[in-house]
Amino acid sequence: MPSYIPPTEEIQFLLHDVLEASAADIPGYDELDRDFTAAVLDEAGKIAAEVLAPLNATGDAEGCRLENGVVRTPEGYRDAYRQVSEGGWIGLDADPAYGGQGMPYLLNTAVGEMFVSANMAFNMYWGLTHGAMSAIHVHGSEAQKALYLPKMISGEWSGTMNLTEPQCGTDLGLIKTRAEPQGDGTYRITGTKIWISAGEHDLTENIIHLVLAKIPGGPEGTKGISLFIVPKFLPDADGNPGPRNALHCVGLEHKMGIHANATCVMSYEGATGFLVGEEHKGMRAMFTMMNEARLGVGLQGYAQGVVAYQNALAWARDRLQGRAVGAPANPQGPADPIMVHPDVRRNLMHQKSFVEGARAFTFWGAQLIDRSHRGGDAEAEALISLLTPVIKGFLTDKGFETTVLAQQTLGGTGFTRAAGLEQFVRDARITMIYEGTNGIQSLDLVGRKLPQDGGKAMRAFFEIVKGVIRENEDDAEVKAGFLDPLKAASKDLQAATMYFVEQGMKNPANALAGSYDFMHLFGHVCLGLMWARIAKAARAGLNAGTGDAARHAARLATGRYYMARQLPATALHLARITSGADTVMALPDESF
Amino acid sequence: MKVLVPVKRVIDYNVKVRVKADGTGVDLANVKMSMNPFDEIAVEEAIRLKEKGQADEIVAVSIGVKQAQETLRTALAMGADRAILIVAADDIHQDIEPLAVAKLLKAVIDEEQPGLVLAGKQAIDNDMNATGQMLAALLGWAQGTFASGLEIEGENAVVTREVDGGLQTIKVKMPAIVTVDLRLNEPRYASLPNIMKAKKKPLDEKTPADYGIDVTPRLTVVRTAEPRERQAGIKVGSVDELIAKLKDEAGVL
Ligand SMILES: Cc1cc2nc3c(=O)[nH]c(=O)nc-3n(C[C@H](O)[C@H](O)[C@H](O)COP(=O)(O)OP(=O)(O)OC[C@H]3O[C@@H](n4cnc5c(N)ncnc54)[C@H](O)[C@@H]3O)c2cc1C
Repeated sequence: MPSYIPPTEEIQFLLHDVLEASAADIPGYDELDRDFTAAVLDEAGKIAAEVLAPLNATGDAEGCRLENGVVRTPEGYRDAYRQVSEGGWIGLDADPAYGGQGMPYLLNTAVGEMFVSANMAFNMYWGLTHGAMSAIHVHGSEAQKALYLPKMISGEWSGTMNLTEPQCGTDLGLIKTRAEPQGDGTYRITGTKIWISAGEHDLTENIIHLVLAKIPGGPEGTKGISLFIVPKFLPDADGNPGPRNALHCVGLEHKMGIHANATCVMSYEGATGFLVGEEHKGMRAMFTMMNEARLGVGLQGYAQGVVAYQNALAWARDRLQGRAVGAPANPQGPADPIMVHPDVRRNLMHQKSFVEGARAFTFWGAQLIDRSHRGGDAEAEALISLLTPVIKGFLTDKGFETTVLAQQTLGGTGFTRAAGLEQFVRDARITMIYEGTNGIQSLDLVGRKLPQDGGKAMRAFFEIVKGVIRENEDDAEVKAGFLDPLKAASKDLQAATMYFVEQGMKNPANALAGSYDFMHLFGHVCLGLMWARIAKAARAGLNAGTGDAARHAARLATGRYYMARQLPATALHLARITSGADTVMALPDESF
Repeated sequence: MKVLVPVKRVIDYNVKVRVKADGTGVDLANVKMSMNPFDEIAVEEAIRLKEKGQADEIVAVSIGVKQAQETLRTALAMGADRAILIVAADDIHQDIEPLAVAKLLKAVIDEEQPGLVLAGKQAIDNDMNATGQMLAALLGWAQGTFASGLEIEGENAVVTREVDGGLQTIKVKMPAIVTVDLRLNEPRYASLPNIMKAKKKPLDEKTPADYGIDVTPRLTVVRTAEPRERQAGIKVGSVDELIAKLKDEAGVL
């Protein structure tokens, strides 16, 4: 069975030395002093390692069962859910007016990484509640907020997001689910939703479905979509669950991974629904929580990489095969640990340098979300909107890749069930698909985010890169190992951006065919930027004699690997982008 | 009734202990430190007494370096009401010996007048298993050590003790010292709201001088060494070979 070690020290270093959280000028951040975040992370880490991680493999093997319309979660999940909800973790960053703890989203993200690494499928049960809560909080009426939020924040009720239907996933304009006004302010919801995560389960006394549906007679396409609250049990005014609503889980999906999370076919059979916000403005309501939801999926991607890497490392230290070049490392033993072999090392360094850079990138993103939501900073909002598809698409692609590399470290053992590495591979895979496929993320990036406001956010990003380079240039070590490679990669990103600006109007296919490479190019530059910031903080720690010198040295060495061996991928992506759409589109459909 | 719980900051039980190169002790620099696990059980038991209405205030006390305030915050987050930190050392490598700890605790107890002291049976760093007993002697109080069960019955504490032969149940008159063993309970996880509240709970800082106690060590550490590494085992082909080896090589038969 794989194990999980909460990386609390690395998280602390990022929060305080790299992001300088408690000094950041963001409302609520003054609470985030080192001792406090240490106490929170320690406790969350214990729950992750001791309660959630042991249920990961067992939940995967057992899966969920649908019995007479009721979904049974795997053994132990109800208890674990009780521990997490009673511990107040679900409301960590929720509004105190409704019983939340009001902490910054950054801290929620740090805690979330540990929970997701320990048990992604479990965590989704309340991860989705978080999204539903945000939607109600931003767009719901006062009465809706008062009725639903306290119970969702306490975890007594959970939430879901119902977008997908058999005929539409990406293209939500094709939604068929209908919402007919009843004349009393409520709506009758009829239709079928598929692949609804946590659509039905036995962890909470009520489930609050947020459903996208069309009101007959409204505008065509996505402009005619509205958002509804459709509770499993209709609550009375005091919030007691009342009569059963006309909606049912009619099937469970058998799938590649996240077996412990119920993926449901939901049938709405004239169920009572309550409009959230205005009629036909459902898509807008969805978009407001998109940044958080997509950042959360990006986090899932690298968090699976984190735990996979930990187990690959443990194996590489123990497994004895072959001898080191030169002197043997374990002369008494029959062979050396595989860790000594440069190719195994390359594999481990690839994993480590990605997950640590990804964590920094995600935390920075969470800080931007706080800056925007708590500080009302429009520039931060524009920047995180630009970076969101990169966080989602790049980190899940690479996170999945990391789980495969970790699996490779174990050789044949990695392919066996018992070792547990293959579960991380299977679980990580979905992150590239849901919450908008990664292909769609890249289109969102190139088609919508990049040109927004005449490319203002992109220019702001380049300014940030330049700023980090400028601030650290007199440190010769940081310059050679980090800033020079970052400069080169950033030039590639600029060249690609220019290419899109030129081609976007003239020949959109060229931009669309290059969007995926652009997302990866951009992702590498972001991780390069984060590694430069980490290097700066580690050097500062070494110079001042604060923190663990060995850890600082390890951060610098890991960062140098990223800059030397991962970042140069930007040149490849640029070459692909500027080759245009011709080779992509040349083959006639019938010749495939 | 007031319950006093002494808690010690020790090397985390998950950390692989390394001996310092000069052999003077265990390397604690940049090593994860936590509350002594037996003390966590003591805090948990105190909270359960409070939840049952048998205790009304829980005071956690720690003696050591300034950083022990993190350990006290953990106790506060679990549910202790207030804390007292006695800063008795600057160097994280300096251990305060059981007798000095017991004397300081006695001084605190003289001021606080608790009805019950719940302590861990030992700290997992030096495994002394002495403080509780010394404290009982200094106070002249009854003691129940190695507790795996505790019931309060009026003026008395009924303590189930884990002894070599099995379980022994004794009744001690309170005020008393009870030192707790592993199987007494399973400590809870602190809830997030309680971690936040703990920030604001009172934590008094004192020094040994405030109590007129001398904490100068009386023991000298001669040497600290890693335990001998376990040798690889061997496979034997038959029972006869096993017996022969036990006789001739191991010399145990
Ligand atoms: C386990 C699981 C859990 C899920 N949970 C939920 C949930 O809780 N709630 C919910 O509403 N949905 C959920 N989904 C649905 C998920 O969000 C969709 O599967 C996803 O958005 C993709 O839609 P699709 O499967 O219909 O693919 P399609 O839209 O059919 O896309 C197929 C392929 O075509 C590409 N493509 C499509 N359109 C374009 C275009 N315009 N340009 C370029 N490429 C395009 C896509 O990138 C993809 O590779 C879940 C799915 C799974 C598998």
